[in-house]
Amino acid sequence: MGEMKLLLANVDKPDSEKLETFRAAGGYERLRKALFEMKPEEIVEEVKKSGLRGRGGAGFPTGIKWGFIPKTDEPKYLVCNADEGEPGTFKDRVIIEKDPHLLLEGIAISAYAIGAHEAFIYIRGEYEYGAQVLEKAVEEAEAAGIIGKNALGSGYDIKITVHRGAGAYVCGEETALLNSLEGRRGHPRIRPPFPASKGLYQHPTIINNVETLASVPFIVDKGGDWYASLGTEKSKGTKLFSISGHVKKPGVYELVLGTPFEELLYDIAGGIREGHKLKAVIPGGSSTPMLRAEEIAGVLLDYESLQAAGSMLGSGAVIVMDDSTCIVKAVYRMAKFYEHESCGQCTPCREGTRWIVQILTRIMKGQGRMEDLDVLLDISEIMGGNCLCPLGDAALGPLVSGIKKFRDEFEYHIKHGTCPVGG
Amino acid sequence: MRVVIDRSFVSDKTWERIEKVMSRYPEKRSALLQVLHIVQDEKGSLDFEAIKFIAKLFRLPPAEVYSVASFYTMYNLKPVGKYLIQVCTNISCLINEAEKIVEHIEKKLGIKVGETTPDGKFTLITVECLGSCGKAPAMMINKDYYENLTPEKVDQILDSLS
Repeated sequence: MGEMKLLLANVDKPDSEKLETFRAAGGYERLRKALFEMKPEEIVEEVKKSGLRGRGGAGFPTGIKWGFIPKTDEPKYLVCNADEGEPGTFKDRVIIEKDPHLLLEGIAISAYAIGAHEAFIYIRGEYEYGAQVLEKAVEEAEAAGIIGKNALGSGYDIKITVHRGAGAYVCGEETALLNSLEGRRGHPRIRPPFPASKGLYQHPTIINNVETLASVPFIVDKGGDWYASLGTEKSKGTKLFSISGHVKKPGVYELVLGTPFEELLYDIAGGIREGHKLKAVIPGGSSTPMLRAEEIAGVLLDYESLQAAGSMLGSGAVIVMDDSTCIVKAVYRMAKFYEHESCGQCTPCREGTRWIVQILTRIMKGQGRMEDLDVLLDISEIMGGNCLCPLGDAALGPLVSGIKKFRDEFEYHIKHGTCPVGG
Repeated sequence: MRVVIDRSFVSDKTWERIEKVMSRYPEKRSALLQVLHIVQDEKGSLDFEAIKFIAKLFRLPPAEVYSVASFYTMYNLKPVGKYLIQVCTNISCLINEAEKIVEHIEKKLGIKVGETTPDGKFTLITVECLGSCGKAPAMMINKDYYENLTPEKVDQILDSLS
């Protein structure tokens, strides 16, 4: 357990984004191995064995997802989800900006594994620098004959296109992303059909997160069993954690899954800033329920442990809040985010997120009523599980946990019209 | 129906970028978001003339193009200043005092969030998470990121822009 650098092995090298730096470290040899020594189904099998799970937040087993691709002759597509927008998350950005060829190698291997000749990287529009780094990397790799027509002389064609989003959190949801990639409003689609059978242009499509795809070369190199030897029984491999907020050393760290939460918080990220005490953490991005300081004791950073603790691993975005934080204000700010990002397509989310913000605004202004807290919890019950996509549920993570765990702070705001911590 | 496209609406360089991106996708319409970006790069914002021009390229009704453009926050459907200041106020920036940065810029430029300075140089808006949470508070000016902001650092940055 603890820190281990697979995905981050190259990022601190000078010129880490250049092809020659990547090749000097053995880059694209895993792609060569995949194309010349392995059948696509063997790669899928290794990825299944590895236990790799989607690193964007949902944690769905990658190999199983790939297995849903039908064995037909129609065109198939691979889409890399680089629409990193979950508040608190900045891990994919490191790979994109510092080791773009690792991502391209992962994409090329994965495209071959699922039988796709065309892949797209959907990168959030704000990451313009990252998009330029990726475009340059694609040009370099194409010019060197590594990707493009007849990749590495294997006879297999792999075209990779960088596609910029334009500022819509919901496009990180895979079916909204597909609509956006087709040049439409980013409205999530009704499922089924799932993208693996009818995705981009109604053809079979796999959508995987940046970190997920960047993990694939290591599985091809050292085998699924080796990867599965890292981590816990059900949470395998390494994971990037973006830690932000009131810690001394915020940043992106790669940990073996199952590392103690307190090791990340106190040893690796340096602990809480001087003169303050830990109040709460949001362990997996703003959509995941917050935990009180005492709730992280003994908790491990893996999918199961965080679920048992009442939250989620999510995207691995740990937001640390010390005793200077007003929880009501934090919850209000996150509620405004979900209201802004709701696509408006389905009613529980569109109306629910708006009512939540209106009521929280009232509380923030000192005009709250005690019954507002139960009204907010009622709204969350109506929204929960009743929206087309996960955004509606995501909006409830901070709200419900905030009210349940810091109800006294909400009540203080309502009773006194002011904030107990001066937020 | 024959559609006449007036290429002179954009510069030769922009036209080249448009042609390149429109040939990259299996279906042309996929390039729509990219073309909206490219035209905005040249014009600064997307007015109705720009929307009509793009609609013709894709053989779509202008209303359809407008509907797509209006879904995404990065397309400026109204004119903005030469420098669009976008300060993140989401959770990690909020708890690292992003509000003080916003207030400082408001005071320095004499405008409120959502407004443009009378000389058309600066527009100030607040935005959602930029993915700079480890270096909060952060902002973007046009397409460039500025991180670990303090009021003094903001002064230096804004004073350096001509």
